[in-house]
Amino acid sequence: MEHRDDIGAKLGMWVFIFTEILLFGGLFLVYTVMRGRYAADFHSAAHHLNAFIGTINTLVLLISSATVAMSITAVQKGHNKFAVLLLFITLVCAAIFMVNKYFEWGHKFQIGLYPGSDLMLTMNHGQVMFFSLYFFMTGLHMFHLVVGGIILTIVMVKVNSGAINSTRYVLLENGGLYWHLVDLIWIFLFPLLYLIT
Amino acid sequence: MTEEKTHHPEPSYLVNTGKYKGLMSWLTSTDHKRIGLMYMYAMMVFFIVGVLLGEIMRLELFRPGQQFYGPQMYNGLFTLHGIIMIFTVVIPGLAAVFGNFSMPIMIGAKDVAFPRLNLFSFYLYIIGAGIALTSQFMGNGPPDTGWTFYAPYSIQTHTNVVAAVFGAFVLGFSSILTGLNFIVTMHRMRAPGMTFFKMPLFPWSLYATAWIQVLATPIVGITLLMVIAERWLRIGFFDPSLGGDPVLYQHLFWIYSHPAVYIMILPAMGVITEIIPTFAQRKVFGYRAIAVSSLAIALVGYFVWAHHMYTSGMSPTARWIFSLLTFLVAVPSAIKVFNWVTTMYRGSIDMKPPFLFALGFIFLFMIGGMTGLTLGALATNIHVHDTAYVVAHFHYIVFGGVGFAFFAAIHYWYPKMYGRMYNFKRANWAFGFLFIGFNLLYFPQFIIGIMGMPRRYFDYLPQFTLGMQLSFFGGILLLIGIILMITNLFSKKGAIAPANPWGGRTYEWTVPSPPPVENFEVMPVMGEDEEPYDYK
Amino acid sequence: MEAETVHITPYRTYAWVLITLLAFTFLTITVTWINLSALTVLVALAIATIKAGIVLTYFMHLKFESSLFRIFVVGVLAIYVLVIIFTMSDYLFR
Repeated sequence: MEHRDDIGAKLGMWVFIFTEILLFGGLFLVYTVMRGRYAADFHSAAHHLNAFIGTINTLVLLISSATVAMSITAVQKGHNKFAVLLLFITLVCAAIFMVNKYFEWGHKFQIGLYPGSDLMLTMNHGQVMFFSLYFFMTGLHMFHLVVGGIILTIVMVKVNSGAINSTRYVLLENGGLYWHLVDLIWIFLFPLLYLIT
Repeated sequence: MTEEKTHHPEPSYLVNTGKYKGLMSWLTSTDHKRIGLMYMYAMMVFFIVGVLLGEIMRLELFRPGQQFYGPQMYNGLFTLHGIIMIFTVVIPGLAAVFGNFSMPIMIGAKDVAFPRLNLFSFYLYIIGAGIALTSQFMGNGPPDTGWTFYAPYSIQTHTNVVAAVFGAFVLGFSSILTGLNFIVTMHRMRAPGMTFFKMPLFPWSLYATAWIQVLATPIVGITLLMVIAERWLRIGFFDPSLGGDPVLYQHLFWIYSHPAVYIMILPAMGVITEIIPTFAQRKVFGYRAIAVSSLAIALVGYFVWAHHMYTSGMSPTARWIFSLLTFLVAVPSAIKVFNWVTTMYRGSIDMKPPFLFALGFIFLFMIGGMTGLTLGALATNIHVHDTAYVVAHFHYIVFGGVGFAFFAAIHYWYPKMYGRMYNFKRANWAFGFLFIGFNLLYFPQFIIGIMGMPRRYFDYLPQFTLGMQLSFFGGILLLIGIILMITNLFSKKGAIAPANPWGGRTYEWTVPSPPPVENFEVMPVMGEDEEPYDYK
Repeated sequence: MEAETVHITPYRTYAWVLITLLAFTFLTITVTWINLSALTVLVALAIATIKAGIVLTYFMHLKFESSLFRIFVVGVLAIYVLVIIFTMSDYLFR
């Protein structure tokens, strides 16, 4: 009775990724419109972001994507132990990303910069838009990162127990695809938010 | 199911074979046919609620001035009527019910690609609808924004908008997962030998629909999240006092909600394309043109959204671009109508109820489509924008089109669903009431709309009284038609239905009525020279 | 089902891909030091697009999947770009 269709499963995952791309697409559309309107304000507001932390997080995410991709190779070759290690590195990278974000956001909250705060309501329109977009986009991205982390944890446990192995690993591939999506979105968020100074 | 398959026929999907009995065996079933029926029952409940809300509005509009309740309640009523009818009835509509029930059988598959995900979509649908409905009873009273939740009013009103918006978000997620499931099903599970251009046309229309569901719904999802964030956190994207732009909300909303019209109407067109060749006993005219026009409608329909916004202060450039695109999308729709009519030409037509409803669809959809062109043209739009003319137009599309196609589909696949026939005479009477009632209800709205009656108004000037009262009586006839139809279908069991009562040629008519759990005892294979509609 | 040829990407490939991506990241940061005024955003976006292309091709295995997946990805991105263009037809000409 066992019916299995790995290509079908991957196709399903890709279609899901398309919906995710368009979900963020709505935000990027808002960004485009608002940036067109308040280019100078976006420019000055971006100075308040910590480009150093942003860069570190970019590197961390790129590395984590590479380790996920490598873990597929490892499983295909039957090196499950190594795959678990690679996935663990990925999760560590995710944790580093989150810790960085915690400090980054924490600092902004400390100086009273968060959506709806008094400070933000005194800023000029373009800066309000920039910071609203910053919090909304990075917040939604973080949410996806956490979901991806949970998926990869489950995948890691399954690789460890042998439920994912060199003959069936589509779950790992799909988990990996989701993780790369998280990376993909950050690749655009990083220059658009941090590097427009 | 290992024992003597050849001697006993497989039990039908209506017989409980799993570990649960009764209701639980339905609620835990991943069978696409049962999920389709569950959607249908839920949708019928929502539909009746929506109809009654509409009738209550008509009652208030019977005379100018206040009759039974005040304007705030009227605002709440049309909002709820819109939310229920749009998000829980016509958007999932034919795709969720008949797409689930018929599509896997029509392409020769045992089930959809991800049966458990399918059940999950159904539960999301129920949860989303539940949240949207509870918004009426919690917080500061029912939302009064209309189903479009236009900013900036939706971020200022004190009514319970957040719950309604979140309900719509969950419903959208359900719709996305159904679309995803259908795309993978049609790519991976077609019968051997059935290429894409040998697939029946109802699945074709579902394929185009599924892509819109997947690509357009996330945009409204994120937009609705933005509305919630506006209300809770004051992010200000749509709030002019913080530098936001309310027109941007309209863009984002219609980027989904116009394609949503095609999510509704494409499966309806697909059903009609199944019914007409069956009852004309004639090969469908221009198979490829119909298949490709589904995709063309989906694609072009994605880029016409701003024709809802001609009077919003959009740039003149954008206005003519979107007007042009709107006229373009009429072309593939017209191709379909032409092909239906040509299929009937010189066919041996059998006037059974499904065909009658299909004819009703073509007539009403034509009126809806033509008046759509009036609205799509810039100059005329300025005069009729936000009048009763618009109300009449979209009811001709959404009810006259999708609703009548839904009724046609029920009458077409009912024997397959339950293994029983229904009373044709009563079905014809129901059609008569529905068709006359519908036209009497909505046609006067065109006229008073042109005369200047605005939409969403609780009160009106005396010169609109006649039109409003005709509409009221039309509404009563329509209600009688609906009651007649439902009692005819669901009150008592009819004669036992054969496997192929209409002489159809698609796969669902080759399996017993009702079909066995896994649809086919022998999986079908499509031969080299076979085609989906080889009547002659 | 068509027979699926399993493609095993060597670790080395991924290592090179990672190095390339890191190099582009540093490039995009250094570009921001140079003031190209209006061009800055375009350059940053171009580099991001190249990086995204690399991630899609190698990390997400598009290079080794059937062409159907590539067609879908290109189609979806094209639709999204058109959405932006049509929306901007309003904002740029107001």
